[in-house]
Amino acid sequence: MYAAQIDYHRACSLQEAIALLQEHEGAKIIAGGHSLIPLLRFRLSDASSLIDIGRLDELKGISRSNGCVSIGALTTHAELASSDVLKDACPIIPEAAAVIGDPQVRNRGTVGGNLAHADPGSDLPTVLVALGAEFRVAGPSGDRLVAAADFFQGLMSTALGNDDVLTSVEVPAAQAGQGMAYAKYIHPASRYAVVGAAAVLTASGDTCSAARVAVGGLTPSATRAPSVECSLTGNGLGEKAQAEAASQVANDLGDDLLGDISASAGYRLKMAEVYVGRAVAAAAARTA
Amino acid sequence: MKVPIEVTVNGRQYRHEVEPRLLLVDYLRDTLDLTGAKIGCDTSQCGSCTVEMNGTAMKSCTCLAVQADGSTITTIEGLAVDGLHPIQEAFWNKHGLQCGFCTPGMIMAAKELLRNNPSPSPDEVRHGLEGNICRCTGYTNIVKAVQEAAAVMGGAS
Ligand SMILES: Cc1cc2nc3c(=O)[nH]c(=O)nc-3n(C[C@H](O)[C@H](O)[C@H](O)COP(=O)(O)OP(=O)(O)OC[C@H]3O[C@@H](n4cnc5c(N)ncnc54)[C@H](O)[C@@H]3O)c2cc1C
Ligand code: FES
Ligand code: FES
Repeated sequence: MYAAQIDYHRACSLQEAIALLQEHEGAKIIAGGHSLIPLLRFRLSDASSLIDIGRLDELKGISRSNGCVSIGALTTHAELASSDVLKDACPIIPEAAAVIGDPQVRNRGTVGGNLAHADPGSDLPTVLVALGAEFRVAGPSGDRLVAAADFFQGLMSTALGNDDVLTSVEVPAAQAGQGMAYAKYIHPASRYAVVGAAAVLTASGDTCSAARVAVGGLTPSATRAPSVECSLTGNGLGEKAQAEAASQVANDLGDDLLGDISASAGYRLKMAEVYVGRAVAAAAARTA
Repeated sequence: MKVPIEVTVNGRQYRHEVEPRLLLVDYLRDTLDLTGAKIGCDTSQCGSCTVEMNGTAMKSCTCLAVQADGSTITTIEGLAVDGLHPIQEAFWNKHGLQCGFCTPGMIMAAKELLRNNPSPSPDEVRHGLEGNICRCTGYTNIVKAVQEAAAVMGGAS
């Protein structure tokens, strides 16, 4: 289908992007276009103009300093997947980015667009909630940092205001004794997550001293799994403890579970246990 | 409101004024008459529209022509310089196509795959072409074609 008529403005700086958003009511940012263009084509978006931020170099690149990695909002999924800095400091991000969509999608889709769009089947929200990442947001009244868990506010809804730009993602670098993994049940046609599970575990000796687990795909937005985390923390990381922990996940996901013709809510819930189990097992193996 | 764009496609420079909603694939096919890239779906899934933009493979149905302003694009029409490109030759030799509708996209995606991985295993070829759907061949001969192209090219792109 053809998109409706729309206006187009290209921003030359972050400040100009914010000013253009303020000036044009009903304007929407376009970055890679890999979520927005399909919406425009199906006429599911009522945007009246597009503000193209795709050329803002200040929103590109990955850098590490003081135990923190900063990822520019325009970094593509392909760049995440191949980044040596991230493979070293936060390997779960390249692991998840490498299973987003397909190679062509990864070449164009950006981390900022992925998070702002907040599709329930997206991979990066789940991973970044588990990591305890923070998102830097620039708006008309300045900059602020929003915790990943506060950023996602339900189905395709976020803490971003109409005139806000997500500029970067800040993630803590992995500590000694930490292991992290993402396990994804890939929808065979759309390639989004039917279920995605992310686990970040810290081991001291044979004991799990800290655990952060998040689940996506079947909840309106990425969700922490405190029952699973509690069950892991302070216990050994053997197979039995892993299975016991994974079996708790239903307690954490609430009643508002998504299902469709290819995977019902009940089936996804069963799969959540399986994929949390896989993420925990892989993360545990990597704590060594 | 039309917007001026300038692009280099298969080595030729073009200037046009386009509507912001115009998709790159429609610009290539309808304005430049380069009908090699196909439109096979409405959902960014089939890959038949794949072209190379600034050195990487992308789906030209999921990019606005205005976003491509200033870029360098190669379409399937730009591959054959002195005779067929080795990947085209290999698709011919190994019967990597039946109706041929997916072929331009398959070849452009295979080109990027071989640049990143000059001698892929059959499994790596299948994963590398995940963004492209073929409704005819069952993929087996496409995998064989890409592997033959890899052997002939020996790491060249
Ligand atoms: C075939 C296909 C398969 C896919 N499979 C997966 C998958 O398996 N897993 C997955 O996670 N995703 C998947 N995606 C989605 C993909 O990751 C998108 O690229 C991503 O969600 C959007 O990034 P973008 O840069 O293209 O954003 P755009 O489409 O340009 O924008 C998306 C939304 O975000 C807003 N936006 C963009 N950048 C910013 C910013 N910096 N600040 C504020 N707002 C912003 C826009 O206004 C718009 O509302 C798939 C997409 C396609 C087409
Ligand atoms: S036409 Fe199907 S992916 Fe572009
Ligand atoms: S040859 Fe017909 S779709 Fe691939």
